[in-house]
Amino acid sequence: MNYTYKVGCSIENLKGLRDFIRISLKTNGVPDLQISELVLALDEMCSNLMIHAHHCNPDDLFELHIDVKKGSPIVFEIVDDGTVFDINEFSEPGLDNLIHEKRKGGLGIRLIKSIMDKIEYEHHKDKTVCRLVKKVSFN
Amino acid sequence: MIQIKRMQENGVDVLAPVGEIDASSSIELDLAIAKSVGDGFTKILIDCSALEYISSAGLGVFMSYIEEFKEKNIKMVLFGMSEKVANTFQILGLNELLNIVKNKEEAKKIAG
Repeated sequence: MNYTYKVGCSIENLKGLRDFIRISLKTNGVPDLQISELVLALDEMCSNLMIHAHHCNPDDLFELHIDVKKGSPIVFEIVDDGTVFDINEFSEPGLDNLIHEKRKGGLGIRLIKSIMDKIEYEHHKDKTVCRLVKKVSFN
Repeated sequence: MIQIKRMQENGVDVLAPVGEIDASSSIELDLAIAKSVGDGFTKILIDCSALEYISSAGLGVFMSYIEEFKEKNIKMVLFGMSEKVANTFQILGLNELLNIVKNKEEAKKIAG
């Protein structure tokens, strides 16, 4: 099944985005604990995009596509107008540094990389596609 | 999106976030903990039994207090997490850095 969600870059929209992902995966027999991890990784990706690339401008839109089929890895695609930053090129700070510097950020990318099997980017003329892939065991 | 209930029991401050903590609501958690510290509490329990979801923004709030609480000798203990929420802490190994226990009785014991 393919699902698409179009969302404006306001962090108030994250809750709706999470509910969309939960329902799409639940309907297709993905186990609850895996759903919660995938929801978390996508929430981190999308909130990063909203905050850092779009400065929370609610008029900027991007799309999330979910391709979920029993027996195949789940593919998420975040389609944006080209402002995506590549998290593979971002070296996340160590936990010790975060504690000592009393920083509140820096954990999100670590979570995404821990949860997802693959994160890749495709740059087109007027858009960027960030593809996140995860193999799961279906119910 | 998040409501934080607060009550005191024998000098222990108990904060209970209800709902989901994400990038838009983590500030509420931060303010609630800062208020507790500002009010002079040295034993702060976080009742997570009605916490349905937490993202890195919320985890970051807890992490950011670790050093300060060590310096000020403030004990913060989290308890009552669902399996999903506990898993979020475990993915990054934060369960090793924070005091996380099953229930309020254990939390009170650790807080002293």
